[in-house]
Amino acid sequence: MDAPMDLHGTPTQEAFRAEARSWLEAHAPEPRSLPSLDTADGFEAHRAWEAEMAADRWSVVSWPEEYGGRGVGILEWLIFEEEYWRLQAPLRVSQNGIFLLAPTLFEFGTDEQKSRFLPPMAAATEIWCQGWSEPDAGSDLAGIRSRARRSETEGGWVLTGQKTWASRGAFAEWCFGLFRTDPEAERHRGLTYFLIDMATPGVTVRPIPQIDGETGFAELFFEEVFVPDHLVLGEVGKGWNVAMATAGSERGLSLRSPARYTEAANRLVDLYAERFTVDPDRTRRSADAVAAAWMDAEAYRLNTLWTATRVLEGGSVGPEASANKIHWSQTDLAIHRAALDLLGPAAEFHGEGIDAPWLDGYLFALAGPIYAGTNEIQRNVVAERMLGLPRA
Amino acid sequence: MRFAFTDQQLEFRDAVRQVLTKECTTADVRAAFEEPGTPSGRWAALADMGIIGMTIPEDLGGLGLGLIDVVPLVEEAGRVALPEPLGLTAGVAAPLLTACLSGDDAEASARARTWLERIAHGDAVAAIGTHAAPDVPVAGAAGADLLLMTAIGPDGPAVHAVAAADVSITPVPTLDPTRRLASVAWRPETDTVVASSPLSPALLERTAQRAAVITAAELLGLADAMIDMTAAYAKERQQFGKPIGSFQAIKHLLAGAQVLLEFARPTVYGAAWALDHDEADAGRSASVAKAYASEAALESARVSLQVHGAIGYTWECDLQLFLKRSWALAEAWGSASDHRALVLESLISAR
Repeated sequence: MDAPMDLHGTPTQEAFRAEARSWLEAHAPEPRSLPSLDTADGFEAHRAWEAEMAADRWSVVSWPEEYGGRGVGILEWLIFEEEYWRLQAPLRVSQNGIFLLAPTLFEFGTDEQKSRFLPPMAAATEIWCQGWSEPDAGSDLAGIRSRARRSETEGGWVLTGQKTWASRGAFAEWCFGLFRTDPEAERHRGLTYFLIDMATPGVTVRPIPQIDGETGFAELFFEEVFVPDHLVLGEVGKGWNVAMATAGSERGLSLRSPARYTEAANRLVDLYAERFTVDPDRTRRSADAVAAAWMDAEAYRLNTLWTATRVLEGGSVGPEASANKIHWSQTDLAIHRAALDLLGPAAEFHGEGIDAPWLDGYLFALAGPIYAGTNEIQRNVVAERMLGLPRA
Repeated sequence: MRFAFTDQQLEFRDAVRQVLTKECTTADVRAAFEEPGTPSGRWAALADMGIIGMTIPEDLGGLGLGLIDVVPLVEEAGRVALPEPLGLTAGVAAPLLTACLSGDDAEASARARTWLERIAHGDAVAAIGTHAAPDVPVAGAAGADLLLMTAIGPDGPAVHAVAAADVSITPVPTLDPTRRLASVAWRPETDTVVASSPLSPALLERTAQRAAVITAAELLGLADAMIDMTAAYAKERQQFGKPIGSFQAIKHLLAGAQVLLEFARPTVYGAAWALDHDEADAGRSASVAKAYASEAALESARVSLQVHGAIGYTWECDLQLFLKRSWALAEAWGSASDHRALVLESLISAR
């Protein structure tokens, strides 16, 4: 490409930013004004907010217009995210759907599947959870045992088994999951990717209280759950490949936009400055950690622009997605750990009030190195696929 | 928005990589290590390609390019641990002298012009002592033709271009002898001034920022080379009947360094772009780049030595050439913690 490097937005991009900013400033709820999305009330409040965004086509800006988006590119999506997080707008209750399943649907879905599922996903009238992990298949995801048995007479599959750690599983309407359709095949080959209506007879949901006491995830039990053929995503037996496309999105570009960390890192600098006026000697001892955490967020922002440009110019995101996941999860922890150190004795306060967001943010950040594939698994991927080290 | 190099920049980088792979093997670096100052054809080869004078205006024999064009080439220099100060001459000294052309003092501009022409032709290697107090040794001074120094006068700081032949230079022993540190005994003269107030204060600040980014770029190359050679060793070295690279303990060490390097890279490119465009936060970007690249190189060095084991601790193993340069450059032009302090200062004052 011959266009020179330019980190400024084009006039069109800046106009898009201004439009997004003005809409969000007029509509976004005050920071932390909605109840937690891991509660029944909070889930509905977040759904209502996303419906409001969708009504004005702000919920999924990068999707084609026919599915509820604005058809803008990845850089514009990053700009939207900057404006969204700058206002500390709510966490996205539809994140599993819009950020993880949607890219997979765009790549592998039939036209019917896309028309059926994308619009209600954009409008948050259908919220998705992810049914991948099982009690005995976590990091070793290919060890999945939940089965899908063929039913020729009914034209579909009958699912049996158990899934766990399904984020938003307690309240979601739909689930995307991996099931073993060919028990004889090599373990990566016998899997199929299903779209499952959680209201189907045989599905039981058992919410699991998380470390913060809220029911952010759930166990899902499947007993003879019928799923018709048109709800298979991609080819039968190719579920692993379809799933890895989702995993690439999860760790790569779409799940965690840098703006979220930029916002938290800027808030950390504000906290430092505020604490400095109260207790300069103690606060100064955190200076290095605060700067390092801010820089981690800045490096993430720049690396995302770097990756986005590559993708726009025809490149792809390979094992770098694993490096990315390691980095954003560590960044989130570094920011929140530094904040708690600044708060000192006040770090453990957990009621309503100014300091609780840092503690809640820290608890959330602690999950980062675990979900979306543990950082240990990601380090294996970096070592094997970026550096060419041999598999064990 | 476009955050990538142009095809032309990448072609230039590949051409330089090709030349350096041939002209600067580890045996060559080792020779320079053991006998610093041994003449080599490398500098002339780079000058012939136009690289030394890249940022110098075209009418003075240069290519009129920016820091963003130099950075990928300096990364290549780091990858082979090039003993000569390519980055500091092409990416710091040349832009400093070029900025001197715009000053009000015609004689000062004429001096800058003469030196720029020499640099562009490969006739002058520069060392930069503008940041140094009088008794602090200057990197590269022992092999330089031109020394850029600062003297504080009644009107503020003045930048002087001093011919090495005219002053007394005493080498200082260092762990990496190719650094060629030396103390410089010199006295400011009116006929060596190339910039004075009001031009000089901002120019000196920019020079330190450019030097930080150029040094960061070299550290990226060093880190990449160390990770590469260590990954290659881990594939080959067998213990317990297997290559040690198949063990997770080894994989995770190398992956950690690789992740740091991946994220350091765009900070360096972003800072070079910001300096070229006089962005308001260019100084902060330069500090982020130097802090990140220093950490990436130090971690790559630590991990590389650990994975090599005892062989990495020997004089015989080439790794030492890269370790020592990394340790030196991690501290040069501000350490990671120095730059983190600057970043925080700048963030607080921007609130």
